[in-house]
Amino acid sequence: MKAVGYGKAQALAAPAGDPGRRMEKWRHRAPAIAAALGLLLLWQLIVDGFGVPTYIAPSPVQVLEVFGKEGEILWINFWPTLMEAAAGFALGNGIAVVLAVWFVHSQLAERAFYPIAVFINTIPIIAIAPILVLMLGNGYAPKIVIAALICFFPTLVNMVRGLKSVSPQMLDLMRVLSANQAEVLWKIRLQSSLPFLFAALKIASTTSVIGAIVGEWIGSNYGLGSLIIEATYNFRAPLLYATVILGAGMAVAAFTITTIVERRVLKWKPGDVI
Amino acid sequence: MRDEAAAEVASGSGVTAISVDRLVVRFEGNDGSITALSDVDFEVPEGGFVTMLGPSGCGKSTLLRAIADLVPVSEGGIRVFGRTPEQSRLARDFAFVFQDSTLLPWRSAIDNVRLPLEVGRRGGVELERHAEPEELLALVGLEGREEALPHELSGGMKQRVSIARALVQKPRVLLMDEPFGALDEITRDKLNEELLRIWRETGTTIMFVTHSVPEAAFLGRKCLVLSAQPGRVRGYVGIDLAEPRQLGVRDTLEFVQITSHLRSLLEVEE
Repeated sequence: MKAVGYGKAQALAAPAGDPGRRMEKWRHRAPAIAAALGLLLLWQLIVDGFGVPTYIAPSPVQVLEVFGKEGEILWINFWPTLMEAAAGFALGNGIAVVLAVWFVHSQLAERAFYPIAVFINTIPIIAIAPILVLMLGNGYAPKIVIAALICFFPTLVNMVRGLKSVSPQMLDLMRVLSANQAEVLWKIRLQSSLPFLFAALKIASTTSVIGAIVGEWIGSNYGLGSLIIEATYNFRAPLLYATVILGAGMAVAAFTITTIVERRVLKWKPGDVI
Repeated sequence: MRDEAAAEVASGSGVTAISVDRLVVRFEGNDGSITALSDVDFEVPEGGFVTMLGPSGCGKSTLLRAIADLVPVSEGGIRVFGRTPEQSRLARDFAFVFQDSTLLPWRSAIDNVRLPLEVGRRGGVELERHAEPEELLALVGLEGREEALPHELSGGMKQRVSIARALVQKPRVLLMDEPFGALDEITRDKLNEELLRIWRETGTTIMFVTHSVPEAAFLGRKCLVLSAQPGRVRGYVGIDLAEPRQLGVRDTLEFVQITSHLRSLLEVEE
């Protein structure tokens, strides 16, 4: 059977090329998909076979049912979390990029504020969340700030490195051309830093979702985070699982979008963009 | 200075493009200062092609960088067409070609060539003279590759783009720091021949640093030989070979005599 399928794919590849490559891609992914489906099946069998109560661990089928029955609750709570994560992503990364540019141009600024940035990064985000709720109230603001804080540090560190990654010869060239600092920044440094920036943005795309959800754990009555808490306290395990899966899906989508944008922007960088 | 130049014009010996006068360059290190160049004295006529030859660490790159205002002068003086290195840098009298092609990887070949026209023009310094980037890419043999990104070009092609970029501002002096040092010998030979053609077609004065004796002899109308630590002038040798030079000249007796003379100058110190 398999040999026949293979032969077919090869035959298709010859005239069209594209379907053949798609087949190739699927063959590449097949083991991972098969393993995931196998584990889900195993989970279903264990829950059914040992008669595990639903409030301890629901079966995959029960979780799937929630998406149909309680889809509206999930949907209503999905949007606030997405908004907070996106706003936090923009805010945290934006501030990090601006600060990095400042640090690269002013040693004094770097010496003064870099240690403070490191210090803020060492405080666990879970510990900051209640402080921010006290400061900023119960609305979107503390969640956005938490999502921003969690994005901020990796981007700052990467961006500073990226802006400094310009070769000395390139700087010599700009000096021979009598270019000023602004020209070096716009023509050279920013583009040189993009591979570093995207490495950080890929991390931030998923952590900003985590930040928003953690922010919603404390004194909130909307969003995936608050739904997680509510479902836990009410022993609604299938809803809890479905919420977690939705949150993970959001993070994966954010990561994928960032990767696609990276591929578009970094066309000039050969090969290494995955 | 001006009188001297005028006198030279009158005597028919041409204008001096670069004059280096008792130049000393010292670097301040952690354990005292290191003298990189000591008492260097020479002149390059306008339209000349001078190669600089010396062992690694003899300061030949430092000398070129001092002319380009990339390294401060400790004592003595450098003049490029009568101006200090800083003045001539601001006036775009010279262009620099590095060993590494230093192309911006996100810019196409043609946009890399345009870079000098886009930066360093503050204070109303207008580039009254500049060449067409398309024509320059054709001059260096890259017609049809205008939109290629650097990673799509070979090492030799990248260096061709960087030469075109240097020429876009129509520099009066081209300073080249081992531009073909990282290339294989076949590519290097080809680019050597083409550089001579470009030199003849543009009339630009060229100073060319190398540590290859045959390259120094083949390219240069004069060759400045430096000794190491501190860098001093060993000799300033005129090279008379049949013009226009072709690679075959390297197999002639005259050529071998010149290279053996250059080698003897290099060996004196060791």
